[in-house]
Amino acid sequence: MSCGRMENKVLSYVDGRLKEGERLEMEKHLASCTACELRVNEFRAVSSLLDEMPQIAPSPAFDVRVRARVAAEPVKQSWWAWLAPSPRVAMAGALLALCIAWVGLRPSNYAVNPATEAEINQNMPVLENYDVLTNFEPLTDLPAPVAQDAPQDVPQGDAPQTSPTM
Amino acid sequence: MARSDVQLMLDVKSGDEQSFELLLHRYRSPLVNFLYRMVRNREQAEDLAQEVFLRVYRAREDYVPSAKFTTWLFRIATNLALNNVRDTRHQRMEISLDAPLAPDSEDGDERPIDVADQHPDIEQHLVAQARSRMIRHAIEKLPEKQRAAVLLHKYQELDYNEIAKILECSESALKSLLFRAYEALRVELAPLVAQHAKQ
Repeated sequence: MSCGRMENKVLSYVDGRLKEGERLEMEKHLASCTACELRVNEFRAVSSLLDEMPQIAPSPAFDVRVRARVAAEPVKQSWWAWLAPSPRVAMAGALLALCIAWVGLRPSNYAVNPATEAEINQNMPVLENYDVLTNFEPLTDLPAPVAQDAPQDVPQGDAPQTSPTM
Repeated sequence: MARSDVQLMLDVKSGDEQSFELLLHRYRSPLVNFLYRMVRNREQAEDLAQEVFLRVYRAREDYVPSAKFTTWLFRIATNLALNNVRDTRHQRMEISLDAPLAPDSEDGDERPIDVADQHPDIEQHLVAQARSRMIRHAIEKLPEKQRAAVLLHKYQELDYNEIAKILECSESALKSLLFRAYEALRVELAPLVAQHAKQ
């Protein structure tokens, strides 16, 4: 093992996380390399100094604050939850059924008996005009209407002049 | 038998609030300590730790146990901590320039000592306090990503693979990052390291 390769493994060695084969290889290298051996010892010292750092305890109010923030979270409800049986859905359904039944079963105020309907038709001015128009002879002599696609004879001089615009 | 983190989280997902309490109890201290060492401010560390738990709770319905729970938890915590460090860098520089040389009162581990009590081991206590402050400052001087790597490796004892996932880098890049961090600590703590080697 070279000193360069050792760099990636030195911490694993210090932590005791190397596999057996790698550990033996490392120890073989350390036995012949004073610089690497010194580094390993210094890293061990650093690791043990880091162990001296005291822990702090969360304040007594920490849990209370977390619980309060969690409790303040809005309750999520999916669309499917709406379909689940609930008093709200049952009430809405019952109201809808009542409305449909009321509309379907109520007596109609707009039904007209046949005699009244004939009288109304007789008195309608539009129907009188209809009789006049259907029997009006001059209208039957009119030429057939010209199709819009047919070419029209327009005098050259009367054709509108167009000029290209910029 | 204690339920695993993943099982607890799956129980939270199915609406068991008590399982969330167990996760809170299990991870509040590691999270607060990790965040405290990252952001160097106890109040901010607690706020961020609360935010981590809140995010875990919010994500409960979409939780899929594709990775270890701790990887997910510390990834949230690390991202929040790194954002906080970046956002407050300017503010911290101003504070450090104006700060008195006395130990910070907010540090739980560095409370001022009542000299008048004539405690017999007061000198020893002061030496230990200075030593502790030196170690803490050496950690604080590390670049953020190196600091996070050291804290996750040393204090949370996570696998390299897990830390690499949290820091979104390869395992080989993580080992190199940790090596550079330990090198920096070795230089920064040289007097203590030499003292330690003599013992």
